[in-house]
Amino acid sequence: MPMCGTRDPIYFLGAFMRLEGEVRIPSGCAISAAISRKGRLFTGEAMIKAMETMHERSNGLGGGFAAYGIYPEYKDYYAFHVFFTDREARKETEAFLKDRFEVVDSSVIATRTIPEITDVPLIWRYFLSPLRSIVEREMIGEDEYTVRAVTRINSTINGAYVFSSGKNMGTFKAVGYPEDVGKFYRIDEIEGYSWTAHGRYPTNTPGWWGGAHPFSLLDFSVVHNGEISSYDANRRFVEMFGYRCSLQTDTEVITYILDYLIRRQGLTPEESANVIAAPFWSTIERKSEEERKRLTYLRTLYSSLLITGPFSIVLGFTGGIMALNDRLKLRSMVVGEHNDMVYVASEEAAVLAADRNAGSFYFPMGGEPVVVKVEGEV
Amino acid sequence: MPIPSVIYPEYEVVRYDRCTRCGRCIRECANGVHYFSPDKKMVLSDDTKCVDCLRCIAQCPEHAIKIVKSGCTFRDNANWRPGIIGGIIKEASTGGVLLSSMGNPEPYPVYWDKIVINASQVTNPSIDPLREPMETRVFLGKKPDSIERDENGKIIDNLPPQLELSMPVMFSAMSYGSISYNAHSALAQAAEEIGTFYNTGEGGLHEDFYKYGNNTIVQVASGRFGVWRGYLEGGAAIEIKMGQGAKPGIGGHLPGAKIVGDISRTRMIPEGTDAVSPAPHHDIYSIEDLRQLVVSLKEATGYTKPVIVKVASVHNISAIASGIARSGADIIAIDGFRGGTGAAPTAIRDNVGIPVELALAAVDQRLRDEGIRNNCSLVVGGSIRSASDVVKAIALGADAVYIATAALIALGCHLCRNCQSGRCCWGIATQRPDLVERLDIAEGKVRLVNLLEAWKGEIKEMMGGMGINSIEALRGNRLMLRGIGLNEKELSILGIQHAGE
Amino acid sequence: MIVDAQNRDYREVNEIIRSSKENIEVINPLGQRFLGAGLRERRVNVYGIAGNALGCYLDGGTVEVFGDAQDAVGDTMNSGRIIIHGSTGDALGYAMRGGRIYVEKNAGYRAGIHMKAYGDKCPVIVIGGRTGSFLGEYQAGGLIIVLGLDRGEYPISGYFTAAGMYGGRIFLRDPGEVLLQKEVEMRSAEKEEMEEIKEHISEWCTLFHMDEEKVLDAPFYVVSPKKGDTPRQKYVAN
Repeated sequence: MPMCGTRDPIYFLGAFMRLEGEVRIPSGCAISAAISRKGRLFTGEAMIKAMETMHERSNGLGGGFAAYGIYPEYKDYYAFHVFFTDREARKETEAFLKDRFEVVDSSVIATRTIPEITDVPLIWRYFLSPLRSIVEREMIGEDEYTVRAVTRINSTINGAYVFSSGKNMGTFKAVGYPEDVGKFYRIDEIEGYSWTAHGRYPTNTPGWWGGAHPFSLLDFSVVHNGEISSYDANRRFVEMFGYRCSLQTDTEVITYILDYLIRRQGLTPEESANVIAAPFWSTIERKSEEERKRLTYLRTLYSSLLITGPFSIVLGFTGGIMALNDRLKLRSMVVGEHNDMVYVASEEAAVLAADRNAGSFYFPMGGEPVVVKVEGEV
Repeated sequence: MPIPSVIYPEYEVVRYDRCTRCGRCIRECANGVHYFSPDKKMVLSDDTKCVDCLRCIAQCPEHAIKIVKSGCTFRDNANWRPGIIGGIIKEASTGGVLLSSMGNPEPYPVYWDKIVINASQVTNPSIDPLREPMETRVFLGKKPDSIERDENGKIIDNLPPQLELSMPVMFSAMSYGSISYNAHSALAQAAEEIGTFYNTGEGGLHEDFYKYGNNTIVQVASGRFGVWRGYLEGGAAIEIKMGQGAKPGIGGHLPGAKIVGDISRTRMIPEGTDAVSPAPHHDIYSIEDLRQLVVSLKEATGYTKPVIVKVASVHNISAIASGIARSGADIIAIDGFRGGTGAAPTAIRDNVGIPVELALAAVDQRLRDEGIRNNCSLVVGGSIRSASDVVKAIALGADAVYIATAALIALGCHLCRNCQSGRCCWGIATQRPDLVERLDIAEGKVRLVNLLEAWKGEIKEMMGGMGINSIEALRGNRLMLRGIGLNEKELSILGIQHAGE
Repeated sequence: MIVDAQNRDYREVNEIIRSSKENIEVINPLGQRFLGAGLRERRVNVYGIAGNALGCYLDGGTVEVFGDAQDAVGDTMNSGRIIIHGSTGDALGYAMRGGRIYVEKNAGYRAGIHMKAYGDKCPVIVIGGRTGSFLGEYQAGGLIIVLGLDRGEYPISGYFTAAGMYGGRIFLRDPGEVLLQKEVEMRSAEKEEMEEIKEHISEWCTLFHMDEEKVLDAPFYVVSPKKGDTPRQKYVAN
């Protein structure tokens, strides 16, 4: 029986172990993020360095990056990144896409062949514009329309998996150590104004490309470190609103929660942090009356979206990031700055690896969101 | 020659030589079991009257009495069990319907006992509940679908009224009439101290207890006894009683003999009049009628009180609950078929309804499937016996639980299941002043508070073990549960995996 | 204060009624529900058809409808007056335990169900026309007076009159044959009883401009429970 931590081929392991989505897999991890407040573009090289520093926090079973501002020439189109196990899956998916979207451009995602990354699937990118006539008929808005298409492909087309679907952003992930994954995707050649990164340490998974992180939905991406204890309470609540937690990972459910709170409910990122990492009642009671009312309201209204257990996350969104710890702060997280740059990582060392001039380190309190936004338009 | 319909007493009183003939047992027994025999100059007992309430044993200063199963019974028969034969003899000799009290004692599966709870090891930490924050506060009530903001972007509080509980346990409905003034008083005071709620039941609210209104749920049943505007405004929430777990589909009938003094005044009917609460509300024949009653109660109280709709757990409970969730109700209370009663036909109590564990799991899932779980809170009752039952209920999807039998045991009840006689030796299910005064209100309150404090401690320990520090993160968290010895169907209804999976 | 209920949510209409300190005139009610719910004083006049649960939990004051009303008028009312210049739907005065309801014309099913009386509280319903079935079902106290005027071919009350009644009285004016449940009996009203209900009939006649003498000039009968004959399940302790 193959053990965890190996990189045996997935088809071999599949006979013995279940993949993400078939079983719930807790995992430990490393995370990092970087953003330019001025919206300056920078390559993913610093992210590779940061993740490399935290090599020990991953086990080679998953790594990935999300980058914002990387497709300026196609910034009005949904950029789908898709894994295919074979050509059949690709043909079926492309037929599905053509029915629903104007496919503006499609190509293989450029990768670098390196020995550390094996069992490479077909990895394609599509720039898409929803067919207006259908969107108008279905009256659901382009975002919702696109989300549904992603859900449809991932749940019904065998061998196809859309792992990125936002505009002017993309996620890049694979089975492997994050620094290797970065090199594989040539992120040192890709320029974005904000980056997040993840290295994974699953406890019992064979590792699957789709199961690596970041997890993203439209332009929301989440990297997460920890294991939440509220998983099923959260999952069963958020599934009421059409989400399907098919991967059964914490990151997936957290992404859906944030999508629900921010995109669908219209909360600000800070307010969503007050929901998922709500202050303790005893804390709330000490606040000013107005703040007490606001926090009590949010906590009461969305009580099923309180996340307990250890987590630190970075949420990436168009024009910004939010870093957040669980309310007991059971995971480590640090924020550092240098000029227009703000860095977040599980370890201070990772920040310094990314930018040795970084300083003003700040350790956010449990439940205290750190939101950094690009000044002006992105 | 008459057919003898004597059934040998099920229990017999054993009296030891150390009996000093002090007569305490004679005074304590409301059933007249013990008596002094002048001829023999000793205390004897009429075992046929003994209900095994254990009052005499508890009070005998010499510990000179014990009560044992008599052992004299019918010939063994797995089909014609003694209770069944005895029931036939009683019915044949009287023509009366068999009447029982308290919850269903038959050996149906108790699913709580087939579910085990998780704890953290290695991959995430457990939490020390004594030294770290551990939250059990719960808000019950409807949650709006979306937020609203004012013109400055500030969030507007659009939450409908909520019940705030310091822990997810409330005392469920027991009417003044079915239990005593002292029992009610102890429950009300304990609810106030703990920060939870007790429930008037359908007998109205005694004038002395209006002061506990902030911790009172006032019930509205089909007979509307004791219901008026002041009563509705007097409580923190209003519960519409549609059904009771011990007797689904059956109403209540308090005979005129029990409608005396304060009870008559509280129910607002003359002394000696029967109080008939038929099973149906005659203005509710469909779900939109329920909605009308729900809204009328809200209109009468200016939308300041959450409305609870209490139903018995029956076969199509999910569809019923779905209807209630769409009726404007804020809270659904589901009463399981092992729930207690002051009196119910035995046939109903022991055969009608379904276990609350299955009902809860099915309802919670159905409401989620329909996307309306947040429309109302779920409260379950019907034999919640311990803190672990509470934890399991919350993890299955309940917001809070109702307890009654456990509370009565805290007050002295020994579950002799003879409430219908009105001769409760412990001063609980009786209106006889000499019996009622046996229940010390202050002590009763302390014992109720003790019980819930202990449960709260246990709940926190279990939550801490799971690495959960707030009760809402446990709610519906079915991954924290595993089944033991359950079949696939049971597991699938409960929505949990088998232990080892 | 005039409240135009047209195109308004009942909740909004009732909130205006609740928060006002004046008498209210509701126009265009169009079946708006819960009008006057829990009212304690003041007067609410409704011009048009009132919706369900009119004057529920009424605890004083007067609700007067110039038009018909629907179901559950005066549900669980405690005191005050409800006057309907027209007919009402089902379950009129459900569990009413005080106050007065005057209906000019007919009432639907289950009028006066669960009506009860206690102490100085004795509710009274006066219905000018006829009623549907189950009149006075589970009645435990109070007075129901059905005048049966202008009822043409119809019986004064439908089937199962006084089913499960165990207290209070129902007065029927010139009822003809009435099918009664076995737990109740019907007899001619005593002279003292006629004195007792005269004020209610008189009030009804004043409200609806009817000739009191003419109304009283007919035989009145009283339906009441047989003593000690409440339907009661026989039980044996198990």
